[in-house]
Amino acid sequence: MTTATRRPLIPWSLRTEQRLVTPRWLPFATTVGAVMVALIISGLLIAIIGGDPFNVGAHIIESSLGNVGVLSDTLVKATPLIFTGLACALAFRMRLWNIGAEGQLYFGAWGASAVVLLPILPAHTSPFVVVPLMFVAGVAAGALWGGFAGWLKARFNVNEIISTLMLNYIAILWVRYWVFGPWSEGGFQLSKQFPREAWLPRLTDFAKAVPDLAGLTTHLGFLIGLVCAFLVWFLLKRTRKGYEIRLIGDNPRAARYAGINIGRNVILVMLMSGGLAGLAGMVEVSGSVHRLQDGISPGYGFTGVIIAYLARFNPFGVVIAAILFGALTLAGREIQPAGIPAMIQGIVLFCVICSDVLLRNRVRLVHR
Amino acid sequence: MNFEIIFAAGVASGTILLFAAIGEIFTERAGIINLGVEGMMMVGALAGFKIGIDTGNPWLGLAMAMAAGASLSLLHAIVCIHFQADQIVSGLALTFVGTGIALVLGEGLASARTSALLPTLTIPLLSQIPFIGGVFFTDQSILVYLGYLLVPVAYLWIDHTRPGMHLRAVGEQPSAADALGVDVYRTRYAYTLVGGALAGLAGATISMAVTPGWFANQETSGLGWIAVGLVIFAQWSPGRALIGAYLIAIIRRMTLDLQGPSDFFGIPNPFFTYQPSTFFLNMLPYAMVILVLVIGSREARRRRVGAPASLGVPYVRGERGH
Repeated sequence: MTTATRRPLIPWSLRTEQRLVTPRWLPFATTVGAVMVALIISGLLIAIIGGDPFNVGAHIIESSLGNVGVLSDTLVKATPLIFTGLACALAFRMRLWNIGAEGQLYFGAWGASAVVLLPILPAHTSPFVVVPLMFVAGVAAGALWGGFAGWLKARFNVNEIISTLMLNYIAILWVRYWVFGPWSEGGFQLSKQFPREAWLPRLTDFAKAVPDLAGLTTHLGFLIGLVCAFLVWFLLKRTRKGYEIRLIGDNPRAARYAGINIGRNVILVMLMSGGLAGLAGMVEVSGSVHRLQDGISPGYGFTGVIIAYLARFNPFGVVIAAILFGALTLAGREIQPAGIPAMIQGIVLFCVICSDVLLRNRVRLVHR
Repeated sequence: MNFEIIFAAGVASGTILLFAAIGEIFTERAGIINLGVEGMMMVGALAGFKIGIDTGNPWLGLAMAMAAGASLSLLHAIVCIHFQADQIVSGLALTFVGTGIALVLGEGLASARTSALLPTLTIPLLSQIPFIGGVFFTDQSILVYLGYLLVPVAYLWIDHTRPGMHLRAVGEQPSAADALGVDVYRTRYAYTLVGGALAGLAGATISMAVTPGWFANQETSGLGWIAVGLVIFAQWSPGRALIGAYLIAIIRRMTLDLQGPSDFFGIPNPFFTYQPSTFFLNMLPYAMVILVLVIGSREARRRRVGAPASLGVPYVRGERGH
């Protein structure tokens, strides 16, 4: 190629060459850098449409991290995000694109609510019976919804992106049927409030012993989320199954030659992923909302996709990213126009995946 | 129930799916998978409606809708082709960004309108054919006729022209295409933009013709995702996309009509007597997409047709494995 006949306008050029090894600190550094770039781009966009980016930024920080009260609210918002983020991270690690955490969350919320709202248990059953049952029902319902998509993929080779997305819409309509119909409270699109024995314990419940905790709504679901993050980490890094999942994700052909049953793993991972997303629904109805209602999730399932990516599928990274996005969700409720949080989320995602190029390649400025 | 009206309405709204699906077929045939159809439709719907109203010139609105969809897809193209980023995730990000931008810019915009912004046509002779004339050629938006034209054009372009051959080569075996002197990067850019423009047109079809107005986050109601699913069902061929698009749209329309009558042949209509049960009807189109995918995937396996061989794989010149 003879392109050097013209004199270059700029005597420097960027040259990329493939990296053979990626330093351990680099993914973290590029992610932080990518988020910074994303925030700058978002700020510019907000300025272009006539807003004040510093005002919006200050508002987000103040109304999500400003004092103990709002910090507690941030953790409440982060809790379902930890579960949906873990659900996505687990599936994505196998390069299985479960975009259906939203629907699985709705099904989990429905399953957990059914324990309370269907006349199964006698009134005033001990919370030590009700809450575990809700837990099991939430996981089972979410796993069922995720596993169905996994089965479609394994049995009929149905693209899981489309099937999980379609199942989202069906799950949302399914919950809508119950809250408009059989469980409707006085014609409103919500169920009656759950009795106290179906509530997850909150910090404020211990205010009698520790007065400082009064009013803090962070609930047990957050702790369950931390435990789940550890379990997912353990599964992926310390078990044979986790090794299979990672191998399928990195090199499906090698996995097949190694005799790993891919179809069975697809169903299994979708069951687990769906179960985690279902838990998100369970902790949301039992820990925070205390009833089933239409629009129980403002897109937690989709935010989970971004969180999983931001954390680069690392379960502990998911927790940190979930707290950041919890803050954004909390503050986002008051930000007008309503599309700004979605826009920021999309830009963050773009910047993070673009930064991946720095992990694979070394970029140098060279003199021509 | 009047089947002629239902089918005609199905064909009208099926045109939305048709444009988006054919755009995605072009993009995927070049080896780029763009899942951001929903986002591109959102900006297209907004741009078409807003500019059509503001300037009073619907054609300008239509052009800007296509430009809006294309410029969003340009982002996807840069990210996927130059940064070699994961195309699935980039498409998701595009959905977020497109939806977000459309909601921000459409804030406070007037919602429903009674009349379409674009003219409708009745074709003289053809509309006289019983049933078919009433369904396809009577009082349909001009965009519906554009849809009829687009299918054979897309088919001929992809399968029977030289640029179409290059397109297929780039999607199947980019290194071979490169060796033959086809500019892989330029081809992929071009068809990603074509896909984006058609998705923008699909969005404008919603806001300017089928349900005129701006309904914020109710605007596309998953049609973009359905279109992506349709591409798989269509096995990347425009003709099958047409069948799928109309079929799903007719079913969507029929679910509305089933709620109307108080009884069917003397049996009380459960969707009329108990309102919440209509949510089950609303599930049908989505369930239908899954069913259609099961059928499509089985058939694809039987006929040994698959996705373009390099779909979703970034092309790096001179790297092994391509």
